[in-house]
Amino acid sequence: MTAGDAQPESGPMQVRGTVLTVRRVDAYHAITVVAPGIAARFKPGQFVTAAVGGPDTAMLSRRAFSIHDVRPDHGGTVEFVFAVVGPGTRWLAELRARDVLDLTGPLGRPFPVPRDPVSCLLVGGGYGSSPLFALAARLRERRCTVDFLLGAASGDRIFGALTARRTGRSATITTVDGSLGVRGVVTDMLGQVIHEARTDVIYACGPMPMLRQVTALARRYEIPVQVAVEEAMACGIGVCMTCVLPVVGTDGITRMVRACVDGPVFRGEQVRWDDIGTIPFDALGAPGWEPRTRTAAAGDAGAAGAVAGAGQARAAARGRRPGNAS
Amino acid sequence: MPPDLRTRLGSVELPNPILTASGCASSGRELAQFIDVSRIGAIVTKSVMLAPRAGRPTPRMAETAGGMLNSIGLQGPGIDAFLQRDLPWLLSRGARAVISIAGSTVGEFAELAARLSDAAGVTAIEVNISCPNVEHRGQVFACDPVDAGAVIEAVRARTRYDVPVFAKLSPDVTDIVSIARACVAAGADGLSLINTLLGMAIDTDTMRPVLAGLTGGLSGPAIRPIAVRCIWQVSEALPNVPIIGMGGVLTGRDALELILAGASMVSVGTAIFHDPSACARILRELDEELARRGTERVSELVGAAHDVRAAGRRP
Repeated sequence: MTAGDAQPESGPMQVRGTVLTVRRVDAYHAITVVAPGIAARFKPGQFVTAAVGGPDTAMLSRRAFSIHDVRPDHGGTVEFVFAVVGPGTRWLAELRARDVLDLTGPLGRPFPVPRDPVSCLLVGGGYGSSPLFALAARLRERRCTVDFLLGAASGDRIFGALTARRTGRSATITTVDGSLGVRGVVTDMLGQVIHEARTDVIYACGPMPMLRQVTALARRYEIPVQVAVEEAMACGIGVCMTCVLPVVGTDGITRMVRACVDGPVFRGEQVRWDDIGTIPFDALGAPGWEPRTRTAAAGDAGAAGAVAGAGQARAAARGRRPGNAS
Repeated sequence: MPPDLRTRLGSVELPNPILTASGCASSGRELAQFIDVSRIGAIVTKSVMLAPRAGRPTPRMAETAGGMLNSIGLQGPGIDAFLQRDLPWLLSRGARAVISIAGSTVGEFAELAARLSDAAGVTAIEVNISCPNVEHRGQVFACDPVDAGAVIEAVRARTRYDVPVFAKLSPDVTDIVSIARACVAAGADGLSLINTLLGMAIDTDTMRPVLAGLTGGLSGPAIRPIAVRCIWQVSEALPNVPIIGMGGVLTGRDALELILAGASMVSVGTAIFHDPSACARILRELDEELARRGTERVSELVGAAHDVRAAGRRP
């Protein structure tokens, strides 16, 4: 893995990229932008952010998108897939060839790739599948086998079904309305696919509830899972602190970490899925939190209980169920 | 001759008046991927507290027209990690470091000031007595002249004589001048105007507040006229007190507007989220704006809008 390398050529950069194409892909849009520096530095799982709305825009948050693919033509192009969900993405969808787009990237930690040729299952929900195809190519370079499991509400919301069928050893599709593949959701098929593919490692990208369930099932089968999370971001570079989620570190301490720079890829079991949207009482710096060294040994449990109560009161006040602190 | 952008920050001279706004640049490390942090006037750090702090739950951000609401809640690593890791890094890069501090009691502010006094390389301290994202609005010291003065007095007493102390004020008050006067009387060397305004957004689909913290601080160009008004009022009343102006600056021309109102330095905040190289760009644009007007020194224009004799002056 080279994610931690401190090469000068490995950091993100900001470019004014020229749009090559914007095309409809079923329910989504795919945009290709000339951005040589970003393309050269890209690793699967990383993302870009775009400034939307033009020079006098009233939309100040950058929009974050997983990179779908990079290509060497025109010196290097970057493609990402998006759904029109508001004024920012509507503006993006209306861009035309030769328009200029302010892009920053590649951002975030990429998917770690196994050293040995193992059996990899790539699980995607909706257009969350878009970063999985570049990952699949990289895994095949490592002589890994790749199986796909893609799910969405309907057939037109499955992104990349054809590519998955063409390039995967197997490709299983689920749709809630049954319009493509098996009727149901990805987690209905996960056990069967894992069994048939003799999966060694799972990679997943899609909505948070899906990632949570995939992680739970992977844990049951004792298979490592890498997830790329979706959190609302404003900057994408680690300064705004908007996109935090509770993640347990290798030292056992839960921290509110930034999805943009500490992720978006995490080991699934490190994410405290039940506590997303809360500050777990035992997270570093949570209200009532005390450094371990200051806590009297005998008072440990009592102190924790007291702050747990406070945390639950806070959660209840917000109209949410208190997070499971396990 | 290019315009002279040098600016005085208390006893320190900055190469130019463009700073980052606290909370929008972390401790500078992330921005260094996009700009040379030693080229801008100073990095104003995210507010440092005594202990590590996890902040508020998500969602923490809501985009609004021409602005955004945030309810981060002062998430940060605490003063120990800051002094061990962040400040040395800033200094190693040749950046000037203005340290923003936040506490929930006067004693916490004083302890932070004392810790910073033992550290080398602190260009100035900005005292954040106006963050709206605290548990109780009553804790916002900057809403009361007596409370604000008490914090500034304690910080000033524990800070080295050659490190200027700036008080960051909230616009969410009836009379900002009275708060400004109280801070200056308590020993503030300068004022930072303005912090975010308390705001709120409701999702009309879920029919619930967008932010988990319910309310948040409004920033961005939507609040710039309020910043201009506050800077104007305070510099009218206290013309000799240096002001760091901030509030919705997106361009060099916006920075110039705050300077004309009375700011001798300008912090860039939300613009950084939109454009990670915003500080370098705004510095370049300000330089061009001054050159176009034939201005020799940026200091000539500080508060120039107050001068009735300047009315009608054109570039």
